[in-house]
Amino acid sequence: MKRVLSFFLTVVISFCLVAGFSPVSAAKAENIKVGAILAVTGGASFLGGPESRTLEMMVQEINASGGINGNKIELIIKDSAGDPEKAISFAKQLIEEDKVFAIIGPSTSGETMKIKNIAEEAQMILLSCAAAEVIVNPVAKYVFKTPQKDSHAVQKIYGTMKDMGISKIAVLTGNTGFGNAGKGQLEKIAPDFGIEILASEVYDKKETDLSAVVAKLMANKDIQAVVNWSIVPAQGILAKNMRQAGWDVPLFQSHGFGNIKYVEAGGAASEGIIFPAGRLLVAEDLPDTNPQKALLIKYKNDYESKFTDQVSTFGGHAYDALTILVRGIKKGGLDKEKVRDAIENLQGVAGTAGIFNFSPEDHNGLDIDSFEMLTVKDGKFAIYHK
Amino acid sequence: MQYQPMTPELFIQYLFAGITYGIIYAIVAIGFNIIYNTTGIINFAQGEFVMLGGMIVITMHAFMPLPLAIAVAVLITMLVGALIEMVFIRWLQGPSVLRMIIITIGISILAREAALHIWGESVRTLPYFIGNEVTSIEILGARISPQVLWVIGVCSLMVAGLSLFFKFTSLGREMRACAANRRAATLCGINTKNMVTLSFVLSAGIGAMAGCVMSPITYSEYDMGPGLAIKGFTVAILGGLGNSVAAVAAGLLLGIIEAFSVSVLPLAFKDAIATSILLIILFVRPHGLFGSSEAASLKEF
Repeated sequence: MKRVLSFFLTVVISFCLVAGFSPVSAAKAENIKVGAILAVTGGASFLGGPESRTLEMMVQEINASGGINGNKIELIIKDSAGDPEKAISFAKQLIEEDKVFAIIGPSTSGETMKIKNIAEEAQMILLSCAAAEVIVNPVAKYVFKTPQKDSHAVQKIYGTMKDMGISKIAVLTGNTGFGNAGKGQLEKIAPDFGIEILASEVYDKKETDLSAVVAKLMANKDIQAVVNWSIVPAQGILAKNMRQAGWDVPLFQSHGFGNIKYVEAGGAASEGIIFPAGRLLVAEDLPDTNPQKALLIKYKNDYESKFTDQVSTFGGHAYDALTILVRGIKKGGLDKEKVRDAIENLQGVAGTAGIFNFSPEDHNGLDIDSFEMLTVKDGKFAIYHK
Repeated sequence: MQYQPMTPELFIQYLFAGITYGIIYAIVAIGFNIIYNTTGIINFAQGEFVMLGGMIVITMHAFMPLPLAIAVAVLITMLVGALIEMVFIRWLQGPSVLRMIIITIGISILAREAALHIWGESVRTLPYFIGNEVTSIEILGARISPQVLWVIGVCSLMVAGLSLFFKFTSLGREMRACAANRRAATLCGINTKNMVTLSFVLSAGIGAMAGCVMSPITYSEYDMGPGLAIKGFTVAILGGLGNSVAAVAAGLLLGIIEAFSVSVLPLAFKDAIATSILLIILFVRPHGLFGSSEAASLKEF
């Protein structure tokens, strides 16, 4: 009985506290509720972790400087742990119970595809931080995404291969939504560049050792290069297993390699890996004329001084999503339809992934030049030169 | 995919890959067995001991030389093992098997969440003991990372050490007596509760040790436990629950089958093979390849 009583007391007291505080802020201006569904824990936590930290940091900064047109942002982050089922229920909760203004996320392509229609039917602005092209192709009226397109990454990789005189390759992909989408694009675009895929293997996203498959592929002497498409730590394991086996063909990775932790984990084996990525990772090396440079360096410094974590392109996708939403709200006010229209017509917005030019046909807004080919040199990312 | 003829070098390469997987599975399976023998339950938090060993050694290595860091990591994990037993298991009065198993699953989730809060979600790795990520040595024309030899060596030593411990020390004999018949052991003056604690300490220790030596190869992260536990469980069942020598044989068998399967099947089928073997064994020989059905029928679980 005593326990029940103390529980009720706690509830009552906390209600009083909330009630005591909230009118102060609500009296001034309306709070804008922004929902975020991110894989903060679980297998895709290397995406959701930096994304949620980035959003919290940005919202703090925006609110400290007076909010958007005087309206403070109220951020509601839901941890989906990368589970599409959870993403669905969180999306419904955010839309129906929390009545948010817009949703940022989810972190992964699989989750985004599950809630694409939910957002569309509820006329809820969804700014996905996931990469797969199917999110915005076909275009859904309310769904946008901030990472670069898979097809551009593939074209960039194949273009580099062509310059290097490579035409016969092996493809390795993780069994995630991202891996599958990448595999599809790699196979579809290969003929356009005269590239022949001699072997294609899929591995489990939790794979811890790939030496057996490396032995298998290495036995095929015709393979001139390997492309690995995954967002999982296996990228580093593959590099180690290849180099230990003494196989020194060029290793290309997807834009999912944009986290310096993977380079550290791969150590000496990461040297020379070539991959496409946004310019965030090489911000210091950019010429001063680059329109992204100032913003990239500011984000990098802010993030790294606030958290004991190095900046990755993934956090950048959340940065871009919120930046775009804020731009939309500044233009369209607090009317969801107007904000949506405003986002669809945004032009020349510099983000971490590139320069966004949205249109009714293109809800990604990035072109192939948003990618730069990078390589790993002395344990750091550097711009790739032939 | 064109067919690749099996050359001797390729054979050795697959073999070593298989032995590396296999010996790690075997160590996890032995951890299951030690606890199974004294308590009659499967400790589903076994994979978390491996994770803890790996994570702690990486943290410690920042402050001290590697051998010391490994010793500290193993000791801390053993302490955690003892604590878990004392807090969650020891005070239970004649608990049912099902209840104990659910407790261990709970512990496993708890350990994972705690690790997530302590170390975060990112992947960590210990430096290679000898050389670096690209160093390799040549054995019969195949190239193998020296770390693979470390894993095989350390794990073999642990298996040998455990066998000697159980055979020739009085403590080891007391633990075996506990396994054979707990009531009789109690009547002989053996403190069975302490033996159960000791079994948790031991299996935490060997799990942590395996976690340390494999970290450079496989990386360590907070949720690596369940995957290892499933493979270890498969191996323990395959060999026959409670039999540690059989676990080594079964572990190597599964590892080598997995590695060679890659040569003919797409890589994606690797895990399906382990699961299929587990199911077949459970249907056809539930007491394991090397176990006896009579002994198994006497056990509660």
